[in-house]
Amino acid sequence: MTAPVVSVRGVSKRFGSTTALDAVSFEVAPGELFGIVGPDGAGKTTLFHVLTTLRVPDSGSASVLGFDVVRDLWSIRSRVGYMPGRFALYADLSVEENLGFFASVFGTTIADGLELIQPIYQQIEPFRDRKAGALSGGMKQKLALCCALVHRPELLLLDEPTTGVDAVSRREFWELLATLRESGLPIIAATPYMDEAARCDRIALMQDGRVLAIDEPAAVGTRFPRPLFAVRGKPRALLLERLRAYPHMASAYPFGETVHFSDRRADMRVEQLRQELLVTLGTDGVSDLLVERIEPGIEDVFMELMAAPTAVAA
Amino acid sequence: MNRSDAGSTGPAIVAHELTRRFGDFTAVDAISFTVQSGEVFGFLGANGAGKTTAIRMFTGLLAPTSGSASVAGFDVATESDRVRERIGYMSQRFSLYEDLTVRENIRLYGGIYGLDAATIRERSDVMLAELDFTPSVTSLVRSLPLGWKQKLAFSVALLHQPVVVFLDEPTGGVDPITRRQFWEMIYRAAARGTTVFVTTHYLDEAEYCDRLSIMVDGRLAALGTPAALKREYDVPSLDDVFVRLVRGPVADAG
Repeated sequence: MTAPVVSVRGVSKRFGSTTALDAVSFEVAPGELFGIVGPDGAGKTTLFHVLTTLRVPDSGSASVLGFDVVRDLWSIRSRVGYMPGRFALYADLSVEENLGFFASVFGTTIADGLELIQPIYQQIEPFRDRKAGALSGGMKQKLALCCALVHRPELLLLDEPTTGVDAVSRREFWELLATLRESGLPIIAATPYMDEAARCDRIALMQDGRVLAIDEPAAVGTRFPRPLFAVRGKPRALLLERLRAYPHMASAYPFGETVHFSDRRADMRVEQLRQELLVTLGTDGVSDLLVERIEPGIEDVFMELMAAPTAVAA
Repeated sequence: MNRSDAGSTGPAIVAHELTRRFGDFTAVDAISFTVQSGEVFGFLGANGAGKTTAIRMFTGLLAPTSGSASVAGFDVATESDRVRERIGYMSQRFSLYEDLTVRENIRLYGGIYGLDAATIRERSDVMLAELDFTPSVTSLVRSLPLGWKQKLAFSVALLHQPVVVFLDEPTGGVDPITRRQFWEMIYRAAARGTTVFVTTHYLDEAEYCDRLSIMVDGRLAALGTPAALKREYDVPSLDDVFVRLVRGPVADAG
């Protein structure tokens, strides 16, 4: 196997009594689009700060592009592109001025970086004289991506690039990342949106500073330890309440118009569960009951791991 | 909950050809819809589609250019004071004061809405018990986990028992379990008759709404139950409905 682009080994970082990172380990392979999925407070930003050499870990070690994050910080800084979670461009500078500034900081020019950023830059080029502060959310994001790419980095680090951006702009942004990935650029992207995780080659699920699981998105579902069912019925609130109170309930979470339910008894079959629920919940006043077996998704697994981290992890 | 207000019997929100222009730019373009009392109504749209402008009009902060809207039975342009007394508001960006304690925030908001000290105490006891609020009420809001902050902010927005509560991206960044707890709070409020008007960028979350609308370029491009919208556009998810509407059917393939 070729050397990993990023290798994180048991990294911990505390701020006062808060453990932002708790023995985090993972590797990212060349050309990989690696997702870090978790809510606010999971430790995603601290992890990026360690990888970009902005913070020194309390313990553990990490290397980026073969360089140690503590010893070789200058070698790393010139070789990675980093898009922080907060909009960090100069609002008073124009699109082109921002881009030129970031290029000059890295000792290069827009022209040198143009080939890599062209597919993205052409979308904002019509607004190149507009001040960055006056751009829409989606365009700010594209400019920030251009600024992170203009020095032709060997690794792209994106901290929640799509937070607060509407669903269409989010989708377009991930399409851009897919294009960049095809060019061979390894990318690590953090997101609180579970639906975006499916676009990554592999993902790490993070919560409270810990990595709950690392896997390919399609394989994450197999970590759910029991058969999972989608239950519909009316009224919705009563359905959820009765399912939670059901004696054999292992988990019951609302998912839009359905409730995802799993049963403590091993190998529960859909026909049996349907019969049982029709009788029990029917008596309680739940009508229009529908029960079907479903494949667990990333969010199902995430909640399962959050609720019982030690029982299922690894 | 007993409300003898004019607003409690009719629809909670009525928009009729509601329009707002800024110069030659039409931010909100003749939108019309009705939200029933006790409904959980999703208000969706791309960034810049006009959602914020519309919400500012519904909350009496911005006058319509033409058309009209009423909230809780009162006209948003001519009776904005009465509207504001009867609504609650919470957003991800602005909710509670971080430098005040939990109790101070509750007192502050209760006072702003004209509740007396005894009522504030009584309601906040009930509220904190229902929330299962475990942190101390003397802790600074800044020190609370995000999930608690958001659940608390929602409860505080309900303290004066508003007819309509406006939630602007209430669940951004919270974990999936807390998000669901938040939605259960929304359902409980709706079951008590509070109308919930909510914006979100999580399309899977829009599935929790009774009905939802999608704004595109200032206009109301779609309105219906989640199931009906998916049927109408013949797609499996609301995400697909949204992309179809905002991008247009041609661009959909690319």
